[in-house]
Amino acid sequence: MSSTTAGSSNQSFTLRLAQVNPVLGDVERNLEMHLKHIDAAAADDVDLIIFPELSLTGYYLRDLVPDVALRLDSAEVAALRERSSKLSIVVGLVEETLEFNFHVSALYLENGHVRHVHRKVYLPTYGMFDEERYYGVGDRVRAFDTRLGRCAILICEDLWHPATAYIASRDRMQYLIAPADSPVRGTVSGRPEAADIYHDMLRTYARLFQVYVFFVNRVGYEEGVSFWGGSQIIDPTGDIVAQAPYLEETELTATIDVGGIRRARAQSPLLSDERMDLTLRELHRIHREYLED
Amino acid sequence: MQSLEIDCKLVHNILTGFVRNEITKFGFERAVVAMSGGVDSTLSAFIGAEALGADNVVGVFMPYKASSPDSLADAQMAAEQLGIETITVDITPMIDAYFEKFPDANRLRRANKMARERMTIVYDISAMRQAMVVGTSNKTESLLGYTTLWGDMACAVNPIGDLYKTQVRQLARAIGVPENIVAKSPTADLWPGQTDEGELGFTYEEVDKVLYALVDERRSAEDVVARCFDEAFVDRVQEMVRGSQYKRRMPLVAKVSPRSIDRDFRYARDWGR
Repeated sequence: MSSTTAGSSNQSFTLRLAQVNPVLGDVERNLEMHLKHIDAAAADDVDLIIFPELSLTGYYLRDLVPDVALRLDSAEVAALRERSSKLSIVVGLVEETLEFNFHVSALYLENGHVRHVHRKVYLPTYGMFDEERYYGVGDRVRAFDTRLGRCAILICEDLWHPATAYIASRDRMQYLIAPADSPVRGTVSGRPEAADIYHDMLRTYARLFQVYVFFVNRVGYEEGVSFWGGSQIIDPTGDIVAQAPYLEETELTATIDVGGIRRARAQSPLLSDERMDLTLRELHRIHREYLED
Repeated sequence: MQSLEIDCKLVHNILTGFVRNEITKFGFERAVVAMSGGVDSTLSAFIGAEALGADNVVGVFMPYKASSPDSLADAQMAAEQLGIETITVDITPMIDAYFEKFPDANRLRRANKMARERMTIVYDISAMRQAMVVGTSNKTESLLGYTTLWGDMACAVNPIGDLYKTQVRQLARAIGVPENIVAKSPTADLWPGQTDEGELGFTYEEVDKVLYALVDERRSAEDVVARCFDEAFVDRVQEMVRGSQYKRRMPLVAKVSPRSIDRDFRYARDWGR
């Protein structure tokens, strides 16, 4: 019953979401903007700062993709890595692999290293989106350890496929980091329509997987398309810890109570009751039947 | 459930942000709007003035001798309410001088010529004031092709091009455009008593519902007819949309090189902005 048995669960850390407006196709200016935010965050004793999807490049890149792509050993990534000795950093970029494949990637930087790379798995290629024309598909969803806890990154459209969040949960995710470039399409009741859907999805993930969700969506205009912002921090019971305004460039800072994860999971043991073997067996059966059909 | 209803506050916020952002990122501070006294151009002027400040917007009035004096009066009233600079250029001498050469020209040719004459004037004034031209075409007229190619459609940025006429009215009312401008019958003002709806043979209220169902909801024509619309009307609307597709696209370019502009040389207009 003593609080010492909870160990690290009494700790907290400071999180900042950078709801920024990158310049389309200008990595140099965007890097400068990142460093400014990171230095300010370091001065404010922030432990983790998260930027949106493609924060170093902007979104509607089209034929600029190879021109703005960065390798993990590039000077730009090094400049960010160096800053990560003071605080952990999540940035979005076009990643170029050694095989010259291009991915929509997010990097988790910590203690001067690239701790994790998530390559966007689901590339929307319908309606106003054209991503699979320009990018390679990511082929893994993994949780990973950081000094703050076990995290997973899912980028924008990845979140619309609940299997990604389920996999990350089974991989022992405690913090779901969700960078996005979600555009306004349809307006209802004071909010962009996509915002309602996102916020519902994210609260559901937070509740069902009993994790913190850190959602960072960009703002600004490209080609007449506006990105709606509305970044959110949601706790493991689904309560909203902090909410950024729509459409405005801003920073959202909050203290994350690490013990919230333990409390939520102690209250309702959803994760320990999970039947992964049943899920796998049934998915295998469905897959087999699908192939035989 | 989606509908033609818009959230005026949010849309207003997005459109003013759009004009401010897309004009300033190209290094401009000012906008020019051709003001006819109708609801579309008045709404564009209101959005421009809010986005950039009244001092940075120029309203241009370009009446022809047959234009209704009421239209000019309405445009002047709106400009006065906004406190923006105005410039009036009577296009009668240019139009009449031209058609002296073609006295038999029909109404359509005259209407198109006037729209294109006005376009050259707003573009010249945009150069004079180092400003960008803010567009005034709405989604209904664009989809129906009820516009003049390189005329009233020409602009640098258009805040209202994704709003149907009935949505333009909703937003205009919400942000304080004078009620007589919102409520009056839309007209291209080409001859006395002309109205859009008289010429088109249907109302904007009716056609917007059909367009919304066909375009935004991607319903089939049969489905729209089943929702209590006259089949001939739906067919006609569909034909107008299809028949005017060329007006909504850049000109066709014969491809000969390995990398042709827009087809496989693909960059955003906001490249590096």
